[in-house]
Amino acid sequence: MSGLKIVVLAKQVPDTRNVGKDAMTPEGTVNRAALPAIFNPEDLNALEQALRLKDQNPGSTVSILTMGPGRAADVIREGLYRGADNGYLLSDRAFAGADTLATSYALATAIKKIGTPDLIIGGRQAIDGDTAQVGPQVAEKLGLTQITYAEEILECGNGKIKVKRHIDGGVETVEGPLPIVITVNGSAAPCRPRNAKLVMKYKRAMAPMEMPKEGLPYAEEYAKKEYLTITQWSVADVDGDLTQCGLAGSPTKVKNVENIVFQAKESKSLSASDEDIDGLMKELLANHTIG
Amino acid sequence: MANYFKDIPELKFHLNNPLMKRICELKERDYRDKDQYDYAPIDFEDAMDNYEKVLEIAGEISAEIVAPNAEGVDAEGPHCANGRVEYASGTKVNLAATVSAGLNGMTMPRRFGGLNMPIMPYTMCAEMAAIADAGFSNIWSLQDCCETLYEFGNEDQHSRFIPRICAGETMSMDLTEPDAGSDLQSVMLKATWSEADNCWLLNGVKRFITNGDAHLHLVLARSEEGTHDGRGLSMFIYDKNQGGVNVRRIENKMGIHGSPTCELVYKNAKAELCGDRKLGLIKYVMSLMNSARLGIAAQSVGLSQAAYTEGLNYAKDRKQFGKEIINFPAVYDMLSIMKAKLDAGRALLYQTARYVDIYKALDDIARERKLTPEERQEQKRYAKLADAFTPLAKGMNSEYANQNAYDSIQIHGGSGFMLEYPCQRIYRDARITSIYEGTTQLQVVAAIRYVTTGAYLNIMKEFETIPLTPEMEPLKNRVMEMTCKYAACVNQVVEAKNQEHLDFVARRLVEMAADIIMCHLLMQDASRAPEMFAKSALVYVNYAESEVEKHFNFVRKFDAEQLDNYRQ
Repeated sequence: MSGLKIVVLAKQVPDTRNVGKDAMTPEGTVNRAALPAIFNPEDLNALEQALRLKDQNPGSTVSILTMGPGRAADVIREGLYRGADNGYLLSDRAFAGADTLATSYALATAIKKIGTPDLIIGGRQAIDGDTAQVGPQVAEKLGLTQITYAEEILECGNGKIKVKRHIDGGVETVEGPLPIVITVNGSAAPCRPRNAKLVMKYKRAMAPMEMPKEGLPYAEEYAKKEYLTITQWSVADVDGDLTQCGLAGSPTKVKNVENIVFQAKESKSLSASDEDIDGLMKELLANHTIG
Repeated sequence: MANYFKDIPELKFHLNNPLMKRICELKERDYRDKDQYDYAPIDFEDAMDNYEKVLEIAGEISAEIVAPNAEGVDAEGPHCANGRVEYASGTKVNLAATVSAGLNGMTMPRRFGGLNMPIMPYTMCAEMAAIADAGFSNIWSLQDCCETLYEFGNEDQHSRFIPRICAGETMSMDLTEPDAGSDLQSVMLKATWSEADNCWLLNGVKRFITNGDAHLHLVLARSEEGTHDGRGLSMFIYDKNQGGVNVRRIENKMGIHGSPTCELVYKNAKAELCGDRKLGLIKYVMSLMNSARLGIAAQSVGLSQAAYTEGLNYAKDRKQFGKEIINFPAVYDMLSIMKAKLDAGRALLYQTARYVDIYKALDDIARERKLTPEERQEQKRYAKLADAFTPLAKGMNSEYANQNAYDSIQIHGGSGFMLEYPCQRIYRDARITSIYEGTTQLQVVAAIRYVTTGAYLNIMKEFETIPLTPEMEPLKNRVMEMTCKYAACVNQVVEAKNQEHLDFVARRLVEMAADIIMCHLLMQDASRAPEMFAKSALVYVNYAESEVEKHFNFVRKFDAEQLDNYRQ
């Protein structure tokens, strides 16, 4: 079949997987300065699925779509380094403070502007909010079918896609029509590493808002090589409705944030005997700590 | 995320050596590829930035993918079925990652799909792969056989084979046979020209072939019937797609389990000649071996680093008598010497790689145009330096890797002897480095001529003129005294005019030369980056001085008459 048009939804998130003592501020909010900004892990799984489709279907294009401040362009560069063809950075003060509803509105609007692709694919959820809502909401807003918790795209052709998805205690295989929205689970294949040639090609790629006012080194390269300028869109660029964007478009209000510290309150001593170990296993299975 | 390139600052220091400016200029031919390839650098700074970025990729893959797989690969190893090699599952993952990252054919020109990188940063990637898993580093770094194919193959062979290597196919060099190990002149594998097939046919057996089921093989075979020495040998390219070579067995080895060491049976295997007939051993394999020796030197430095890191971490963690054992002089004595050997050996490795880079880049330019007289002189100078340094880099680093691996286990105590910590794998993996691609004894044979001709002494004298920081001056004076003792030993042995006497003390003389040269390199490094190398410079000079003294005492009191007492 001819090439597919694929959009990967990706988010730059604070790396909450390796938190130190200073991960939270005394007020209980995330201390972003102490946490490195990374490519949301499950979005990388999604990117890998997109790149595999591209490998199998010559002529396909993979675009990275992300929303965030200028430095969120890192996510687009990381995508380009791994084989994506281009990227779109949605960046505007009016997008700031968005909950999942406003985020999905912004992303859906941008996707309409790009032109509805064959496949929109993203991670199941981001490690900062853990809501798993954005992908499904984008599908709803675009009126598209969705497959969540995908582990592997098995087949794609003739307007259909077959996906293995993760379910409680196993996997199931489902089929859906294109265009479609897919969210990918962390148990899917890890993303390929950065490619040396692509890193050398795209290392200077930048969104306009990242470019220093005093001028860029190698400025003449940007005139010669269009791919070095990352597309950057404001609310107006995607014909967005300001009341549905950012804080204004976010009905979710955070009332309170609690900092929970886990503490062991009781302990139990066990001997190394088979009975004790057997008993412990049964207890852990019964309270679903394992299994 | 772990990343050896970012976590080991010494690597970046060595990358940013002043000689790189000249290397880049030559390798990039004044940056002429920039309009033709979107990944070609625009200028020197851009080229260096490119190397750094590629090293970051290699550093991350090594630390995040290859290293975690090392234990599994060591336990599982490759398997042989139906004449083919099946890599360990972790090896397959490692290979897929390096291929996908485009870390193959790294030094090849862009027109073949390569990255056109100098040998120096490529060697650094090889070191990092070996830190993670020395067995895997063998498979990956056999890509440097491509250098030989590029140097001696014809245009047609270049265009057919090199792009495949750049795309990730693997290579092997099929030299050793059951009766031809160190003595490659005895190679018997038969190459006969077949009019019917219009190609050469290979028949016979090769043994101990690393990655013997590779896609492309460079094979040393006897093309001249009736000959018995090196002049009857030619080099051939065998493409696995042609069929005719089967893997009879995979050796069961002490270490580097990830690397399949194969016995190969050739049955009318179709092959093509690479270069000219009869030059197989005397020219091409010599070149092949020089690249490979640099590769083993890199592997050895990687192992030294791994041994040191494991020893250091354990010593910081392990408490006895109420404190971490790193606080005991007996332990930090070992660790400091390990670090000093690592820093000294690494300095020697990358200095050698830079010498190789300059002369090879000039060699390559000479294929396009006539070199200017200045360039010819430069080429000659660096080719000689590279030839003189390569056996030292391979010989010393492989011995240091073994010594560091030994000490790493010693620091671990009883735990080090159990098969639980990585130090035992490093110890087993390191053992081969002083054996293959020419034993340490053969490195001495290659190096001794630079002792007797005074080449090493000249290098030392030249190094003495390099300005150092005032802090290094006292050390330099001591090194100059060591040089006097070295010169005295050399004179005495040369004047004795007895070949066996010379052969007997050769290892000691070569080690003295290497120790002194490494002292100089470390002092130079410590002058540029005292925070990184000042400690090692002092520790190494202390160590080297005692080594030189030991050899001095031996050589000065030795004469040919004593030889009889040594003969067994």
